[in-house]
Amino acid sequence: MFDNFVVPDLLPAAPELFLAFMALVILMIDLTVKDRRRTLTFALTQLTLVGCAVIQLGTSTGDVVYTFSNMFVDDLMADLLKLFLYMTVIMVLFYSRAYILDREVMNKGEYYVLALFATLGMMVMISANNFVTIYLGLELLSLSLYAMVAMNRESVTSTEAAMKYFVLGALASGLLLYGMSMIYGATGSLEITGIAERLYGGGVNKSVLTFGLVFLVAGLAFKLGVVPFHMWIPDVYHGAPTSVTLFIGSAPKLAAFAIVMRLLVNGLITMAQDWQAMLVILSVLSMAIGNLAAIAQTNLKRMLAYSAISHMGFMLLGITTGVVGGDARFALNAYSSAMFYVVAYVLMSAGTFGMILLMARAGFEADNLDDFKGLNKRSPWFAGIMMMLMFSMAGVPFFIGFFAKFAVLQAVVAAGYMWLAIVAVLFSLIGAFYYLRVVKLMYFDAPLDESPLTAALDMRILISANGLAVALLGIFPQVIMSLCAYALLRSL
Amino acid sequence: MDFQTLVFFFLSAILIVASLRVITARNPVHAALHLILAFFTCGGIWALLQAEFLAIAIILVYVGAVMVLFLFVVMMLDINLDRIRQGFWSYLPLGAMLGILMVMEMGLVLGSKYFQVPAADALMPAGVSNTKSIGALMFTDFVYPFELASIILLVGMIAAIVLTHRGPKKSKYTNPNQQVFVKAKDRVRVLQMPVEKD
Repeated sequence: MFDNFVVPDLLPAAPELFLAFMALVILMIDLTVKDRRRTLTFALTQLTLVGCAVIQLGTSTGDVVYTFSNMFVDDLMADLLKLFLYMTVIMVLFYSRAYILDREVMNKGEYYVLALFATLGMMVMISANNFVTIYLGLELLSLSLYAMVAMNRESVTSTEAAMKYFVLGALASGLLLYGMSMIYGATGSLEITGIAERLYGGGVNKSVLTFGLVFLVAGLAFKLGVVPFHMWIPDVYHGAPTSVTLFIGSAPKLAAFAIVMRLLVNGLITMAQDWQAMLVILSVLSMAIGNLAAIAQTNLKRMLAYSAISHMGFMLLGITTGVVGGDARFALNAYSSAMFYVVAYVLMSAGTFGMILLMARAGFEADNLDDFKGLNKRSPWFAGIMMMLMFSMAGVPFFIGFFAKFAVLQAVVAAGYMWLAIVAVLFSLIGAFYYLRVVKLMYFDAPLDESPLTAALDMRILISANGLAVALLGIFPQVIMSLCAYALLRSL
Repeated sequence: MDFQTLVFFFLSAILIVASLRVITARNPVHAALHLILAFFTCGGIWALLQAEFLAIAIILVYVGAVMVLFLFVVMMLDINLDRIRQGFWSYLPLGAMLGILMVMEMGLVLGSKYFQVPAADALMPAGVSNTKSIGALMFTDFVYPFELASIILLVGMIAAIVLTHRGPKKSKYTNPNQQVFVKAKDRVRVLQMPVEKD
């Protein structure tokens, strides 16, 4: 039996294998670490991620390569997203370090190991070419995140957030699996490229397929956190320790984008008419509810949670406009604008949560809007960085956030959905209010607390670099934009 | 009616009664025991469908491990069922209506001709052991998801330990060696204090 089995080519999956191996090694080494600061564990974790990036660059051929019986795909989109992923996780771990050192319950080696396993889950999702691997990657990511949220076990809100995240995440996985099983029933294949071929061939029962698609889109919407499947986002962002909120709010968006692309675009592109209509509804609702609800928040983490909902809604606009009336001429433009949007959002969101971590001290979270009052008097430089991040989030011209919105909007207009572009701009304008309110608080209000900032030097340098990147990439957006377009051109 | 159909109906009847008892039994231990019965009968039905691997797995994993653990939990926790049941009847009409609606909607889609797979197609050819084929597939075509699943289990373990481990307990104990070697000056400290005058 199975005499014709060929040992899979391990090279395309080399970064995944390296990461998994190193995570296990770090788990063992951490047992012997006596140092309270766990510098060795931290350094090894960061080196592992750098190593993954090096391997990724070294093994990338630029072609679409399948391995592990077509369950794993390595294309340029996966390579690029994974490189952004490593960069984000490295940044996130640097930002989190001081925060978790100040909090005894979270200062454990497992924090880094769980972060690595979550990264592995995201890599698996990005490179998945099979329903089974998508689901397993998603579960690996989610399980690690549930544990990280709950790690601050002395806090009632963190425990509550973890519980909500766990229950709603399980529900979302259920929806996703149900949709997948229906699509499997209709097409007889779990493989994404196989499904696409079956659908091109025709003769597939449409009603079963649509039935599965509804569940699939609902499950994806849950994971992306778009209305009406957004209920978990504010509570989890708010309740989780800020360093974990930073993690949840940045890197997983890249992976979520990747599975949306793999499932809907690579697999079910012939069903584009159906899922685009669903995504338009999700997208408009998210922009409306996300932006309006964010205005009412007094907690910065909660405000950024609603902002994340509205940003994901905006990003979906790019995916909804790929195919117009069966014509896929605009697909590349639309999908690369969505990808650019996700990358820009991850950069901005990491910087903003990083600022909260920069202000936080032992026993002080700095997550209320009032804590940012008069930041300009305490530290003009970091008030400036935060202002750039907020302007970029709001989409003020010549920051990266503006070009991200601009790219998506031109894709929407090119596809002929004028009304959708107008709705998006209107809600962005409403959204600008709460971003600019933060700027007003920093520059025109008196500080509640006059003490200077106490963050470490490496953290200051990284946050500054992050803020400046948002401004610089706003001047040269073509750098990332053309990378995204080229990666998708070689992958689709 | 041939023998197989007879066995199927017999097992199905037990399964339905057992499942109903799971949600209607007043005593949580009875409910758990009925769940075990339901799993066991389910295993029987799978065996009837020639899926012997699934049949063995459900009995070993669910009946053998999961349910025993579940019973322990139920017996250890003092669950007040009356409090859980409060408001059951007031929620029932709405819940039942939504449930029936969902069943009807899904029934309309799933009841379509497409899902009526003829029984002959679903049967395995004779002489194929599905335990063997599952095993072979797991280590060839499905080795990647199989390894991923093992990592997920590892993460589950790490998470459970991180969330519950509270470090070694510093319990009080006596060391006879130290007791023997103790000197008077270790126990009694003579303080020189200025004399208080009033």
